[in-house]
Amino acid sequence: MPAARIIPCLDVAGGRVVKGVRFAGHRDVGGIEEHTAFYVEQGADELVFYDISASPEGRSVDLSWIERVARLIDIPFSVAGGIRTRDQAAAVLAAGADKVSINSPALERPELIEELARDFGSQCVVVGIDSLREPDGYIVKQYTGSAAASRAAGRLTLEWAQEAAARGAGEIVLNCMAEDGVRHGYDVGHTRTVAESVPVPVIASGGAGAPEHFRDAFAAGASGALAATVFHDRLIPIPELKEYLASCGIAVRR
Amino acid sequence: MRLAVVDLGFGNLGSVAMAFERLGVVPEVTGEPERLAGADKVVLPGVGHAGYAMRQIKARGMAPLLRELKQPLLGICLGMQLLFERTEEEDVDCLGLLPGAVRRLEAAAGRPVPHMGWSPLEVADESIGLASGDHVYFAHSFACDDGTATVARADYGRPVPAVVRSGNLTGAQFHPERSSAPGRRFLQAWLAA
Repeated sequence: MPAARIIPCLDVAGGRVVKGVRFAGHRDVGGIEEHTAFYVEQGADELVFYDISASPEGRSVDLSWIERVARLIDIPFSVAGGIRTRDQAAAVLAAGADKVSINSPALERPELIEELARDFGSQCVVVGIDSLREPDGYIVKQYTGSAAASRAAGRLTLEWAQEAAARGAGEIVLNCMAEDGVRHGYDVGHTRTVAESVPVPVIASGGAGAPEHFRDAFAAGASGALAATVFHDRLIPIPELKEYLASCGIAVRR
Repeated sequence: MRLAVVDLGFGNLGSVAMAFERLGVVPEVTGEPERLAGADKVVLPGVGHAGYAMRQIKARGMAPLLRELKQPLLGICLGMQLLFERTEEEDVDCLGLLPGAVRRLEAAAGRPVPHMGWSPLEVADESIGLASGDHVYFAHSFACDDGTATVARADYGRPVPAVVRSGNLTGAQFHPERSSAPGRRFLQAWLAA
């Protein structure tokens, strides 16, 4: 069985790594190459680059940094943000990305998932889902990169995850919005429900703040755990996290 | 050494070529049969659908060339699957250079498909640059039959051949270009062999 994947997520804007409070502007924190090299050296199993400058304005991602990253590293990485068409995905993959991750564009036009899976294979196609707990259950949110545009997508998370997998998504990144950035832990129950309901790998996202949170996500059936703040702020060194997970009986790559 | 990467107009050509460049060998990425025939070693990469890939190979008149190559040929991921007789993916005939078929992995509780991530290997012959316990990166929904050509395997509900070798042919189901140090060692060993 594969090792539990630790996946740092880097926000990118204008070809730079940025950090900031969601919805409230971002600060440049350095070059993509230096951050990438740091995480590879730390033992990250995979990286996600989220081009936050791309999606809300309807632009696609800039390709030059993707090729620089692809040249630099020898672990897999995916690119999210601003991929709305088959040709944009083709360009991102041709630049050297291993996977493309689509979110709002898949909600606008679910056939996009099939088109990408047909041409590039399911293993290249990740569907990101922003899920919010409502009194009646978990619902999908759309355009979450912008406070003004963010809205309910009119779908239940579980149904959308199942539809995305049926249409050919090879992986689901389940981002639980209520937990995002607050570091109180992944929404373990929701992650378990989704992981048990789809045949494809599910990556937990949103809420990681302590090594125990990663342990709980993997125990709930997540194939990988994505986090940003705890890694960027150097709150949890990845080697120590993996050592902890191994001590809990979770298989890791070291 | 002249290293050629087969260009079928699809697949992870960039990242495979870059992996060799990191090892100091700049490959020629080409779809021209005569350039491939003249190379010292040839890499057949491929991410995508088997049916599409085989149609590209046939449309470009490359099937006879790939079948007749005498120099070392390395198939990566889908490129390895194409070396076998047949695949369940779109149910198409492949190159038929290795016996056996490529079959769909079945998802089960706690074992999602695609098989995605870093799986440990059991290695029968360390001359391929890999050792038992090495983790390498997989991303696939189909896997070839286990057979006498298998020299390294992973376990995913059934034995998953990770490296096959027969004559001039080597196949890697995993992605050496995205498998960190073990991937580098594997490519280095193949270049040096």
